[in-house]
Formats: sequence, C-alpha cells, structure tokens
Amino acid sequence: MTYVEYRQLNPFQRFAFNFKKFISNVPHAVANFFKAIGRGIVKFFVGIGKGFYNYGTTFVKGDWATKLSYLIFGVGDFSKGKYYKGILFFLVEVLYILYMVFFGWTYLKDFTTLGTIPKHTEPDGIFEKIVYGDNSMLILLYSVLTIVITIVVFAIYIVNTKDAYKMQLLRAEGKKPTSLKTDIKDFMDGKYHITLMSFPVLMIGIFNILPLIFMILIAFTSYDYQHMPPGTLFTWVGLDNFASLFDVVNNSTRARTFIELTEWTLVWAVIATFSNYILGMIFALMINKKGIRLKALWRTLFVITIAVPQFVSLLLMNQMLQSNGAINILLSYITGQNVEIQFFNASPLLARVTVCVVNCWVGIPYTILSMSGILMNIPEDLYESARIDGAGPVKTFTKITLPYMVFVTTPQLITQFVGNINNFNVIYLLSNGAPTTHKFYQAGYTDLLVTWLFKLTMDKQDYNLAAAIGILVFIVCATLSLIIFNNSKSMKDEEAFS
Amino acid sequence: MIKSYKFKRHLANGFIYLFLIVMGIIWVSPFVYLLMHSFNGDVGGVGYQYLIPRKWSFQNYIDLFSGVGGNASLNYPRWFLNTFIVACFSCVISTISVLMVSYAFSRLRFKSRKKFINVGMILGMFPGFMTMIAIYYLLKAMGLTKTLVALVICYSAGAGLGFQISKGFFDTIPRALDEAATIDGATKNQIFWKIILPMSKPIVVYTVLTSFIGPWTDFILAKIIMGDNRDGYTVAIGLQLMTDATFKTQYYRQFLAGSVVVAIPITLLFLKMQKYYVEGVTAGGVKG
Repeated sequence: MTYVEYRQLNPFQRFAFNFKKFISNVPHAVANFFKAIGRGIVKFFVGIGKGFYNYGTTFVKGDWATKLSYLIFGVGDFSKGKYYKGILFFLVEVLYILYMVFFGWTYLKDFTTLGTIPKHTEPDGIFEKIVYGDNSMLILLYSVLTIVITIVVFAIYIVNTKDAYKMQLLRAEGKKPTSLKTDIKDFMDGKYHITLMSFPVLMIGIFNILPLIFMILIAFTSYDYQHMPPGTLFTWVGLDNFASLFDVVNNSTRARTFIELTEWTLVWAVIATFSNYILGMIFALMINKKGIRLKALWRTLFVITIAVPQFVSLLLMNQMLQSNGAINILLSYITGQNVEIQFFNASPLLARVTVCVVNCWVGIPYTILSMSGILMNIPEDLYESARIDGAGPVKTFTKITLPYMVFVTTPQLITQFVGNINNFNVIYLLSNGAPTTHKFYQAGYTDLLVTWLFKLTMDKQDYNLAAAIGILVFIVCATLSLIIFNNSKSMKDEEAFS
Repeated sequence: MIKSYKFKRHLANGFIYLFLIVMGIIWVSPFVYLLMHSFNGDVGGVGYQYLIPRKWSFQNYIDLFSGVGGNASLNYPRWFLNTFIVACFSCVISTISVLMVSYAFSRLRFKSRKKFINVGMILGMFPGFMTMIAIYYLLKAMGLTKTLVALVICYSAGAGLGFQISKGFFDTIPRALDEAATIDGATKNQIFWKIILPMSKPIVVYTVLTSFIGPWTDFILAKIIMGDNRDGYTVAIGLQLMTDATFKTQYYRQFLAGSVVVAIPITLLFLKMQKYYVEGVTAGGVKG
C-alpha cells in the first residue's frame, strides 16, 4: 500500500491495517529473533577463531618480553617502562595462582561428580565420630565461582599479551608509553564508560549472574529434599527434572501439577491483563470525559491503591476476605443472616474468581494512570475535524479514541502480560495458592508457576525442580519480551530525539 | 431538539458521576476500614463483629510502639528503624549505580554497548527470587546472612539493571549539548556531573524515591535472608508475621495500626514520586 492510499483510509481502517501488519509481523519477528541468535553464535565462534589467530601471530612476531608475557603476566609492560600496569598484571597472576592452589582447585576437581565421599562414621577410640564428606552444594557453588574467575583472568591474560605487543610496537616507533596521570585522565574521558560501568557490572556479576548460572546448573542435578548436603550428596542427572515435568504418560503428580498450573498461569495472565486493560480504559474515559468535574480528585482516589505498599493492601484484603473478615460481616449486615463465605478455601473456582477480582482492584489504577496520559495526548484537531464532518460522540469514540489508544498501548499490553505471568505478590500475599489439594505436588489451585517455584524452594526444598520451572518460565517471558523490544520503536530510533 | 441533547448529556454525566462515586467508595473503603479499625478501642477477638468500631482509642498505636502484647520478639519500632536504615543505604548505592549505567548506555559510545543492553534486559527477565538460594549461600559464605548489610547488598546489587527509564530520559537530552561542551574542552566526566545531571532533576528524584521505597515494599527477599532473625526484620515481613495464625489474635489490631504507620509516609512519597515519574516518563518514555 502506498502512502497516499494509507492517508485515504479512515482511522479505523488505518488501525486495522496497522494491527494486521503487527500480527503478520510476529512470525517474521520470531524468525528474526532466532536468526539473530544463530548469527550471534556464529559471530562468537568466529571471534574465538580470530582471537586464537591473533594470539599466535603476536607470539611469533613478539620480542623476548612479549614472548615472556605469555607465561608471566605484565613482563611486556614492565620492560617497556609502564611499571604500574606491569605490576598490576603480575599481581593478578600471583593472586589467581594462590586462589587456585588453596581454594579453587579443591572444589573444581570434584565438579564433574559433585563429590564422592558421603557423610560417614569413623572409629574414634572406642566411640564412633561422624565425619562430613564432600558438600555437593559448596562444590557446585565454588566451582561456578572458580570458573567465572578463571574466565575473567583469562580475559586479563589476553589483554596482557595484546598490551605487551602494543608496547613493543610503540617502542619500535620510538614513542614513550603514556604516564599514569594521562591514563587516569583517559578514564575520566575516553574510557569513561569503564569507570562508570565497572562497579555496577561487578555487583551484577556477583549477585545476579553468578547465582543465575548456579541455579541453571541446579536444574540438571538431583538437589532436592532427599539429597540435602552436607548429609547426603547430590549429583548430575541430565534432563531428568525437565522430563519429570513433561511426564504425561505416567500421569505423575508433578507433570499434572505443571500442566494444570501452566494452564492456569496463562488463563490468569490473559484475564488479569485484559480485565485491567478494558476496565481501566473505561474508567479513564469516564474520568477524562469533557464536562466531568473534579478530575484530579477521581484520579487521586484510584491512585491511592497504587501508592499504598502492595503488601499492606494485599494482606489487608486477605484478612478482609477471611470467613470472619469484614466482607462477610458486611454481607451479613445486608442479608440479615450469618454469612461465612470461604473465599479462598472452599472451591477452586471461587478462589480463582476472587483473585481475579481483587487483582482488578489492584491493577485498574495503573491502567487509569497510563491511559489518562495518552488520552490527553490525542490531538484535539482530530476531534474537531470529525465534528465538522458530522460525526457523533459514538462515532468519534469508535473511530478516533479507541483505535488511537489501542494502537499506542499494544506494546504496554504485552509487557503487562509478561508481568502477570510473574505476578508473585498478588497470589502469594492474597491467597497463598489456596485452596490446597493433594492432586497437586506442593501447590494449590490459585498458585502460579512462580509461586509454585517459591514454595518448592522454601517449603519443600526441591531446588532442582524449582530451577527447572524457573528456566521454563524464563524462556517464555524472555522470548516474548525480546521480540517485542527488538521491534518497538524505542530500540530502533534510539536517537530520534537527540 | 437541542434541549433533548442537553438532557441526554446531563443524564450521561449523571450516570458517570454515580458510577465514579460507587467505584471510588469501593476502591477506598478497604483503606477506610484499615484506618478506622486501627483506632478500635475494643478488646476482642480477631473477627470484628462491627464494621465501624464502637470505641475509639489510640491504644493500638501506643501498644505498637511500646511493644506491649506479650511477645518481645515482635518489635515494631525496631523493624521500622531497620527498614529505614536499609532504605537509606540502598537508596544511595542504587541511585548512583542506575545513573552511572544509564548515562554510559545513553551518552557514551563504546564497543559491545548494545550487547550489554540486551544482556541487561535478559537478566531482568529471570524471576528474581530464582537466584535467591544461591545468593543466600554466597552471603552465608561471606558471613552476612540475617544481617542488614546483606539486605542492603541485595537491594542495591542489581540496581544497575534498572537503567531503562533513566536511559530513556537521558536519550532525550540533545546531543548537541555534549558536543558543544566537548569543543569547549570538557571531559565526559565533567559533562555527566555538570551538564546532564543538573538537567535531569525529575529522573534523579524519581530514581531516588523508587530505590528508597523499594525496601519498604519488598517482601520476598527480606523474608529469605532474615529467616527467623526477628530482630532484623523489615516492616513488611514483620507485619506479615503479625497476621500469622499464632499471633493474629493478639496482634491483629497492632497489625492494622502498623500498616497505617508505614502506609502513610510511603503513600505520600509515592504521590510525590508520581509527579516526577509523569514528568520523567513523558519526557523519556513516549517513544515506548
């Protein structure tokens, strides 16, 4: 369709056109996503190959100091008069060797088996004493730490060899190495990103990436309540945990729980997202309608729900919905009888409906807030020209307001969908998964996958299963989000405003 | 004709007012209930037979802060102080991290910047508490579990990942400013402190407030790290403990009072933050 043709469409047709384009774009986006992953992998290996090539050629062309740098960090820099850098490189090597000898290797050597000596007793004179053998958990944790440190040190090592060669070339050109002072100045300007990023990246590395790798590995082990270190060992089990989640043939409790909770999580995400979206839009339209006064008051009324910490409002709601809580008292007043509805503990359906309704109470204000902003941004002249053309209020709404809002908020809708899949607070604080059932493995009817994950870790200590679920949830959410973000405008025209 | 149109409009507006009033009451009434019953002077069981308290008193608040209630381990003032300390420290560290990372991503051009951004986004998509067990053991190895330091570390360690909004804001500041400053001989460091930061007040205030509010509202992390060390509890887990079956009879009214005490300042801060959020996001996030 040409631009002229597009301009001739009315807003509704335009919206339909855009929407169709968006939907038909999805397979393309998915394909692109996987292509990008493939390209990334290829690039990665090409990079490694190149690295080895450079590594070799540098060695061949290097002088004695450069060659020695391949064994002892920093010699190249030191011999060319860049003392501080040489000493730093050398220190890294010394510390790394000390770390490996006294700590890292003692754990890393058991990485493939995760320990072989279980807790046992040994004769101690006439008595027996308990001897703790290997601790699989610590072996895994510290092995991961050691591997990460090794990778970092290896990167430093490569930088060191490159640097040695660079210094050699500099010397050959007859130039002097830069002083410490100019280097520090450079870190405030040209290399400022290193100064800014190193602290946050270090923190994220230790407290996000390291634990993440650890937990991902846990998904492939037998670390559950029956294999708890230091009492018992656990070991690698391959894909068994994932298999047990998809083991539909034997109708195992775990597989049933997983499948039913996945269904409910998706149903919940759809209902929670769309109920909030549609109702929130209606609320926002009413508040922002022309001729309605006290707009600020109405908005504030609803915003209070967001402002009050969620644990307060949800715990309060939980208490009010108990069989002797405020809601039942209110119902008793109205009906004149003693009402004691078990909102959470009686029927699964009632519990699920209750959770969805309360979620509206929590979530609609968010929609009101964002929609109000968008409504105020709709260009006034659109309405004016529509009025001149003789469009009534209904027509302006269906042909201008609605398409505009839906189009602008579609990416937000999908982000909210992902957020609802991971909506821990509402379920955990409100119903805590109730009603419980023996049909499920460690879960109730209103549990989402994430709350199930939490319960498995905290109550049952089935870490392996929890980790496997976490990975699956992550794959779904990450795929969705990456596709959206890579296709949204903010990633493409990053510099549109600057 | 015109009359009937006017009449229709008035009727429609009337319905809207009615709807808004009813909904407003539904939305606010739980909080009114909370506020009223925190002043309930009745001594009684958990289930309040009356929607509106019969007697009014400040006793619940006095009990809450003097620690009356029969169990010394439920120490609300202590929890409040804990949360305040943690919030202050993690606020400072998080704000600095977020601003540094988002400035680097937004204004500096370096190798593999896009890769960093994508990795950051992917990391943000893992369910946060999935890593908690590993973090717990890491902290244990450092000898920090059940301490406030551990909480500060946990709240501020991942802060750098929340760069999206402030990066979006920085993106909108014209690059011509940077270029002009560079020509005048300013380093990137000076540009950051002297040009970008002073121009970014809304987003700075927004970041400060969100990271300050975080520890007050977080629940899961604190619960996992503190375990049974009730002296180190934050307000959120402390209040949840009060609704626990063992304490509920004794502490239900104190729970309500305690909720009010924490909700009021946080609500006010949030409303303040809201203003800056709208300012910052309409400037920075419109492209979303």
